[in-house]
Amino acid sequence: MTALSVTTPNSSGVEPILEARNIQKHFGHVVALREGNFQLRPDEIHAIVGDNGAGKSTLIKIISGVFHADGGEVLLDGRPVSITNPREARVLGIETVYQDLALAEHLDAAANLFLGREMLLPPPLSWFGFLDKKSMKQRAEGEMQRLKIGIQSVEQPVQSLSGGQRQAVAVARAIAWGNRIVIMDEPTAALGVRESAMVLELMREVKNHGIAVIMISHNLPEVFAVADRITVLRLGRTIATIDTSDTSLEAVVGFMTGALDALV
Amino acid sequence: MAKGKMGSSVKHDVIAAEDVITSELTRGERALDLVWRSWLFIFLLGLIVFFWSQTPANSFLTGSNFKLIALNTSEVILLAIGETFVIVTAGIDLSIGGILLIAGTCGGKVMLALSGTHAQVQMGLYPHATTAICVGIAVCIVMGTAWGLVNGLLITLLKLPPFIVTLGTLGITFGLSDLISGGTNFFAPVPPSFTDKIGNGTFLGLYVPIWIAIFFLIVAHIVYHHLRFGRYTAAVGSNEEGARRTGIAVNRQIVKVYALAGFLAGSAAVLDLAIFTNISRASHSSDNLNAIGAVVIGGTSLFGGVGTIIGSAIGAFIPTIAQNGLVIMNVPSFWQEVLVGVTIIFAVYLDQVRRRRSSK
Ligand SMILES: Nc1ncnc2c1ncn2[C@@H]1O[C@H](COP(=O)(O)OP(=O)(O)OP(=O)(O)O)[C@@H](O)[C@H]1O
Ligand SMILES: [Mg+2]
Repeated sequence: MTALSVTTPNSSGVEPILEARNIQKHFGHVVALREGNFQLRPDEIHAIVGDNGAGKSTLIKIISGVFHADGGEVLLDGRPVSITNPREARVLGIETVYQDLALAEHLDAAANLFLGREMLLPPPLSWFGFLDKKSMKQRAEGEMQRLKIGIQSVEQPVQSLSGGQRQAVAVARAIAWGNRIVIMDEPTAALGVRESAMVLELMREVKNHGIAVIMISHNLPEVFAVADRITVLRLGRTIATIDTSDTSLEAVVGFMTGALDALV
Repeated sequence: MAKGKMGSSVKHDVIAAEDVITSELTRGERALDLVWRSWLFIFLLGLIVFFWSQTPANSFLTGSNFKLIALNTSEVILLAIGETFVIVTAGIDLSIGGILLIAGTCGGKVMLALSGTHAQVQMGLYPHATTAICVGIAVCIVMGTAWGLVNGLLITLLKLPPFIVTLGTLGITFGLSDLISGGTNFFAPVPPSFTDKIGNGTFLGLYVPIWIAIFFLIVAHIVYHHLRFGRYTAAVGSNEEGARRTGIAVNRQIVKVYALAGFLAGSAAVLDLAIFTNISRASHSSDNLNAIGAVVIGGTSLFGGVGTIIGSAIGAFIPTIAQNGLVIMNVPSFWQEVLVGVTIIFAVYLDQVRRRRSSK
């Protein structure tokens, strides 16, 4: 216990870009979150860990506007914000890779990359909503190349891609658009060793571009490899937020399982 | 050494065998795909050849008869276009036949009421025909769109299954139409100038309704494949929750699609009045069957996400060719419905098989 240095709120001096305070959320009588606390610094990769059903996905879905919290508040740049739908989150520069990917399987990778913000042909054609398919295809190809994502054609329906390739498309979409915060819910779950390494590398790159990253993962070695800080959730409660460099895998497991008491 | 060599040659053989298997599989798959893609043409062609061989010479396979078939198909095409968009959202619209009927009933009534006094119209005089026609057309279209909007709003706001909502509005529109018309034909035909110019009018050798259907087809094809509207329609049908999370206004899109189907049913009502000068429930009881049949036979998946406008247009010819041929053969045209019904089931089965194969 003494070996652990714990970052309590506002002890770091760096203003958090995003803060979730005392978030509560229940579904019927299932309590998904009792006390979700979370602080994200602008220049970090922040991992959220916890057992199945701990409330990780629920917490990030509240941040990305999919769910509405029953209590608590979310602050962006220190100001309370109410993100009532995913579109608002996107406008604020928050992009999310959902655990279930949220891709339109019948559409191709290019269409998915631009879904909800299609490029249009110049006026007057844009008034009717004419798609600029060529530009979108080119930019999608460029994006795939930049991220070293190997898919044969960006004009192939996503349903014909492998699980890993699909995941890569979802990750590419978030990275391409997120300009403040990128959230990834188990982005490496379906990936092989090489592809996982690639996604982790992408996370570092995103961070180097000054974009904060929230990652959820069950793979602790992976978390220790990339994350600057770790927040542990247990049964809907934030148990601890720890600097990765100051903790050990055993300690994190201890917090996850309840062998170690809550710090905060 | 020798052992190692043998081992490697065995390995090599195995790989070669696998290669053969996979290439054979893909060849088989390719053949199946080709059959899948062209079965509709083969089926249509078979139908035409069948009727040609079973009817007296110069009755079925003539230019004028095919123009007639195309005329009868024009309405189904409009309905099928709307139904295609709806089915691509993974929904269904069972009410378009009822919407057509109520739009046509109201539009026709208004047309007659504005054409002149009751006595004048009964004597075949239509002093204000032009105004009456314009207002009547507007009533048909507004009426159709409004019922489509009602469908869309009920589905999205009350979160009800499209199947139930549109089945309900089918009953409502059929019932209301009969209440409005008293269950009988209009007391007089719609203004003759309307019929002459639109219903029986020709342009470049084809009936005007056929041109109207072609126009709608081209526009719908562009909307589906090249406009954001088409892309959002497919996205909603492919993954509704995913579409919502990318910021697409999913409910608004669904409402628009049902309104579009209603608008097209209203437009089909205009054609119906112009072609038949009258409108009755009996002639629209199988509209839903024909339109939904055209869409699924044409290759649009009932599960949403993918569709084809052109396929639906081709599929729309199945019921009309069947009806036309059976009438010439002197067979009760009720067989048409039987044939369309069987073909629908076959088409959906084919789609299922294809999906199962591609998801393997
Ligand atoms: N849409 C929902 N409706 C009802 N209950 C839900 C819903 N989403 C989550 N829950 C419940 O909330 C709790 C937390 O779920 P959540 O998905 O946040 O867990 P998680 O930490 O992401 O788990 P995992 O590691 O398995 O992804 C669970 O008990 C779950 O059953
Ligand atoms: Mg989760």
